[in-house]
Amino acid sequence: MNHYLIKNVRIFDPENHLDQVGDLRISDGVIAEIGQNLNANSKETQIDGQDKILFPGFVDLHTHLREPGFEYKESIATGTQAAAAGGFTTICCMANTEPVNDNAAITRYILEKAQAAAAIEVWPIGAITQGLAGEKLAEIGEMKSAGCVGISDDGMTVMNSELMRMGMDYAKGFEIPVITHSIDANLSRNGSMHEGQVSCELGLKGVPAEAEDIIVARDIYLSQLTGCHLHVAHVSTAGSVELIRQAKQKGLVVTGEAAPHHFTLTDEACREYATHAKMCPPLRSEEHRQAVIAGLSDGTLDVIATDHAPHATIDKEIEFDKAAFGITGLETAFALSYALVLEKKLSLADLLKKLTVNPLKVLAKKYMGIQKSAPANLALVDLNKQWKYQVSESFSKSRNSPFDGWDLQGQVLMTWYQGKRVFDRE
Amino acid sequence: MAFDFPHILSMSNLSREAMEFIFETTDRFREIAGRPIKKVPALRGKTVINLFFENSTRTRTSFEIAGKRLSADVINISKSASSASKGESLVDTAKNLEAMSPDILVVRHGSAGAPLLLSKMLKARIINAGDGAHEHPTQALLDLLTIRDHKKNIAGLHVAIVGDIAHSRVARSNMIALRTFGAKVTVVGPKSLIPQEIKSFGVGVSYDLAKCIDQFDVIMMLRIQNERLGLTPFPSLREYSNFYGLNLNLLKCAKPDVVIMHPGPVNRGVEVAPEVADAPYSLILDQVKNGVAVRMALLYLLGGGENL
Repeated sequence: MNHYLIKNVRIFDPENHLDQVGDLRISDGVIAEIGQNLNANSKETQIDGQDKILFPGFVDLHTHLREPGFEYKESIATGTQAAAAGGFTTICCMANTEPVNDNAAITRYILEKAQAAAAIEVWPIGAITQGLAGEKLAEIGEMKSAGCVGISDDGMTVMNSELMRMGMDYAKGFEIPVITHSIDANLSRNGSMHEGQVSCELGLKGVPAEAEDIIVARDIYLSQLTGCHLHVAHVSTAGSVELIRQAKQKGLVVTGEAAPHHFTLTDEACREYATHAKMCPPLRSEEHRQAVIAGLSDGTLDVIATDHAPHATIDKEIEFDKAAFGITGLETAFALSYALVLEKKLSLADLLKKLTVNPLKVLAKKYMGIQKSAPANLALVDLNKQWKYQVSESFSKSRNSPFDGWDLQGQVLMTWYQGKRVFDRE
Repeated sequence: MAFDFPHILSMSNLSREAMEFIFETTDRFREIAGRPIKKVPALRGKTVINLFFENSTRTRTSFEIAGKRLSADVINISKSASSASKGESLVDTAKNLEAMSPDILVVRHGSAGAPLLLSKMLKARIINAGDGAHEHPTQALLDLLTIRDHKKNIAGLHVAIVGDIAHSRVARSNMIALRTFGAKVTVVGPKSLIPQEIKSFGVGVSYDLAKCIDQFDVIMMLRIQNERLGLTPFPSLREYSNFYGLNLNLLKCAKPDVVIMHPGPVNRGVEVAPEVADAPYSLILDQVKNGVAVRMALLYLLGGGENL
């Protein structure tokens, strides 16, 4: 029964000039009507939206669904269900599966699996190089034809600058954005956390912030050389925020993204060798965290993306230097980001942009949002709800969140994807 | 005082009083080494497992002798003999050992934090016998005891730690312990082996041993750990030795009552000239001797041994 009438809800979509309390009707997969005092018909489920807010569904540019290959960590079904619980209606899945999504056959496989099992929209991101090995370009054109929306060797950096230049030139010809994971592989060798006081005390090999800055700087120059759209994923350092800021001032086609953990936590979270605080790029020091927030505030960083990276206990409940990098993030992303609104670092409208309009812009996709006849991709949120995140109740197969037991404000209550209610917290 | 530490993982948990208490206990065990029958029944019926994932002769032997002199049953497990070589995880290996009810696990591991991880997963008491580049608490305890034997008061002394500070667990544990006792500490070595943030330990930094050698009461030389270095952060052992090795010529500028220490094994001719290692002011063998007594004290305190 996919007919809903949400009553007396704050309908919020500044991009479509909407911020009003009213009613919204969902029917046949689309937003059928937006108005006041709408009456429910007999086949409609009526939902009381009093004191709640209705957003367009969020878009995550950076998710690891682990399928194919690592289904013990996550599957397309469980990952997208976790996404729905976080208010997302579209997610982009990274290419570091097994086999790697470096050819059209894998892209089609992912899309077929998503068609059958995903709760929401899945857009694959293809690899830049075959097997993410950084040696030979992947079949970027065919992957785009098959449905890839961007290319990235996420998790790895293409260290050969000539190859990276070729990849960006080639991608520009196919009008597909290049999304980069920027860490100098040599400068970060064997590093398992941010290089700083905490790594020094813990006796762990660190990754200096400059390992990121150097590659971001290189890729900005390559974007200038090739004209290719460069989207810098999960920016973690003050240096790269500044480099992206300057690139934008120069008018280059460069965008940037921040992950909630990088603007919420610092390397202090790694104390006690907490592997749920181990990620790549690493949690950095407070000055970097503040710089990332400043980058979000002034628009240097266009997008908030989760870098949802599920890992099983066998990958995480081990020695810190041997543990896998990454944390889950889909279910906590909104509340952690909303904290920036509560701290007056971002307006609610800007936050929503970074979760909807801007990620679509990066992919050169049309934004529909909340308007009549648009697909009903919606998230109903209680902005005042204080709640505790319990990782044991996560829809993800994995439990690797550093936010387990955290008190959060702002909770996604329901999510609709193409008119179907794919998440209901009740 | 009551010794209520369940584990010995890091020197940062030990107050000065706790360390003093360990030294007092150690003093009661030292005399045993001089007896014709070097054994007391204090830990009779207790089981100590030496779980060593990294090679070690000195530390493992020292713990083994300490345990045996206390009449504990001591079992040694090394990496090649353990199931770790078959791919078993650290936690699984330790849980399986724990199923056999040992009282104390002495753990050496290449990963920083591994003993802490085990202490959270197991009921047995854990002694950190060196974890990656993090800490080596029993080494610091025996080093401080050795200094105290020769210098009476540790507070006020100026101690140099020379060498590969970045990769040294001995340096970290000693910096913490010496600062807790009120000693002044300066770390010395090539800049590529000293992390910038080392100052957070409350220590001074010098890159020029010759220039500052006249200030020190105690000089601790660290071993160049070739096996831990990837790209070598200095050009050659020869050049390293020229600038940071301790030889008779350099020692002429040191204080007349300076003492030299080294956690071993010594790379003779690299960080310490042979004549220096064997000189009367070298405390290297005193350190080894004290190592057994300190470890007896710790096993005794953690094992809840009967009265002596």
